[in-house]
Amino acid sequence: MELLLQYIVAGVTYGTIYAIVAIGFNIIYNTTGIINFAQGEFVMLGGMTAFTFKEYMPLPLAIVSAVIITMIIGALIEIVFIRWLHKPSVLRMIIITIGLSILIREMALHIWGEGVTALPYFTGTSVTSVNLGGVFISPQVFWAVGISSIMVILLSIFFNFTLLGKQMRACSANREAARLCGINAQNMVTFSFMLSAAIGALGGCIVSPITYVQYDSGSQLAIKGFTVAILGGLGNSTAAVAAAMILGILESFSIWALPAAYKDVVSIAIMLTILFVKPSGLFGNAAAARLKEY
Amino acid sequence: MSAKFLQISGFAVAIVAIQIVTQLTDSSFLLTQLTMTAYYSLLVIGLCMLIGYAGQISLGHAGFFAIGGYMSAFLTTHDLTVLKGKPFVALLSKFGLLVVKKDLYGAELLAFHPWPACILSVCTVLIVAYVIGGPVLKLKGHYLAMATLGFGIIIYRIVLGTSGLGAADGLSGVPGFSLFPGVMIGGGGPGKILNYYVAWGIVVAGMTALLNLIGSRVGRALSAIHGAEDAAEAMGIPTANYKLRVFVLSAGFAAIAGVLLTHYNGSIGPSEASVMKSVRYVAIVAIGGMTSLWGAISMSLILNYLSLRGSFGTYDDAVFGVILILIMLFAPDGLIRRQVLGDLKSLFGRFTRKGAVT
Repeated sequence: MELLLQYIVAGVTYGTIYAIVAIGFNIIYNTTGIINFAQGEFVMLGGMTAFTFKEYMPLPLAIVSAVIITMIIGALIEIVFIRWLHKPSVLRMIIITIGLSILIREMALHIWGEGVTALPYFTGTSVTSVNLGGVFISPQVFWAVGISSIMVILLSIFFNFTLLGKQMRACSANREAARLCGINAQNMVTFSFMLSAAIGALGGCIVSPITYVQYDSGSQLAIKGFTVAILGGLGNSTAAVAAAMILGILESFSIWALPAAYKDVVSIAIMLTILFVKPSGLFGNAAAARLKEY
Repeated sequence: MSAKFLQISGFAVAIVAIQIVTQLTDSSFLLTQLTMTAYYSLLVIGLCMLIGYAGQISLGHAGFFAIGGYMSAFLTTHDLTVLKGKPFVALLSKFGLLVVKKDLYGAELLAFHPWPACILSVCTVLIVAYVIGGPVLKLKGHYLAMATLGFGIIIYRIVLGTSGLGAADGLSGVPGFSLFPGVMIGGGGPGKILNYYVAWGIVVAGMTALLNLIGSRVGRALSAIHGAEDAAEAMGIPTANYKLRVFVLSAGFAAIAGVLLTHYNGSIGPSEASVMKSVRYVAIVAIGGMTSLWGAISMSLILNYLSLRGSFGTYDDAVFGVILILIMLFAPDGLIRRQVLGDLKSLFGRFTRKGAVT
């Protein structure tokens, strides 16, 4: 029983980071209809820059700076590469964002090298653990789950109750109509890139002590995040969180049955199955899905 | 017909010319990279058929290449009796994708000869492509890209994580492939020039086949699908069927390329299956102009050769990333295309007009 719970805790920990990446995907997808293949790179950038800043300033400040830097990079990417394209085809956007992810990854390789970096634990050390009914949980897991939950709550408040959030949702519902209402749709797109870059970077900082970050962590996370986004139904962030927990726990149990090297195989196989069987996602509305193109 | 014939013979002449130049400048060591380039080009033209003519992106073609290469390498290097009872056999069969491999255990004698290994590997890839192609090609846009990317990663992870396939080291000691008595792919130094011609000869044959296909009824149907899938469907073209057939065809090209390159090099490693390789093939097709086989093959010749020669140094992947972005931003139709002359003319015209004003 304790072992079972231990696996679930491990699953929830991984689920948290997948949820963060998936939310990043969803924010950009909702405002632009683009899947940003460089989403995982934001997470990597967050973790790496925070690690560098930590040398010069206290940890909380380093994390904040890393988030801001990544946010600026996100904005720059949108302004330089995407903003001025006139109605780009999906194929073109896919290739551009893939190119960007390669570029960011290679830059990171030349800046930070191939080494693995990890921020220190926010509280305690790597061996500290809280005993909860026989299950040992690292305090960092509480940080990860806590900060992510707060983030999800803040995001839903932002999208439902603030003017900016409402404007962004209007753009996702109908871009032309939003523009007719006087919403600057282009700025909303830039803003969505900033927001998802910031969320990704924060996620990278939170999980850095547990999972470590290196220059090529991004693409792995991107595919997991996408799996989760698909599983929950693309564009639906609340469902993505639930889907992330499911995937995290499934993956964690897969280590039980299969060699750890095949962990990714399991989650991608799940993604393919969902895409083939129910592309609207586990929680998606099948009737609404019929109107969409997959 | 004659135009096609001229193009192909021009291409063949260029290949002979390159060989003669290396001979004259005493740099025939370059032929090794040029031969490898030929096999990568074989994959690229198949992929160009899929992306450019059928309009379906695939970010998993390195996976097909790797299945072909690894399977052939595995079959030609491993003693099947040793194989029985290894844990990964059960695992692979669990995935269903690789179920065909099981058939081999009865046919022990076949394992040591490259020909049956090659045929089995290519057939396996064709079957895998057919099986996954059905559901994958129903998807569009991002979903198609992600699904093929996912397929590529699965192959990469399996190859990397399976000790029977050499894990991170890959398989080595793969014997040369004697196509006919006296014609040997791989197998070291003396056959360098022969290897070069065999490799490019296969590419020329592949090009001829694809060019004929494009000019045929199937080719016209494909370009209709690329233009507007719904309209093509309405005109009575069985779009799903055609897309699947091109997908399987391009996977077949990738598999043949994988098998032959593995025998030529004598080894294969997991990096051949990596996502970056798939992206690189897509990049080459994109730079070549998506719908241009000649563009794809000329870009493949230049970029693969430079990359294999190590001209880009540690910036190898970055170069492909930058090219990919620049092409998609400024010339989404690629560099090599029919309007290029027109573009140059208008550019030139603009400059002369500016000159006149100032």
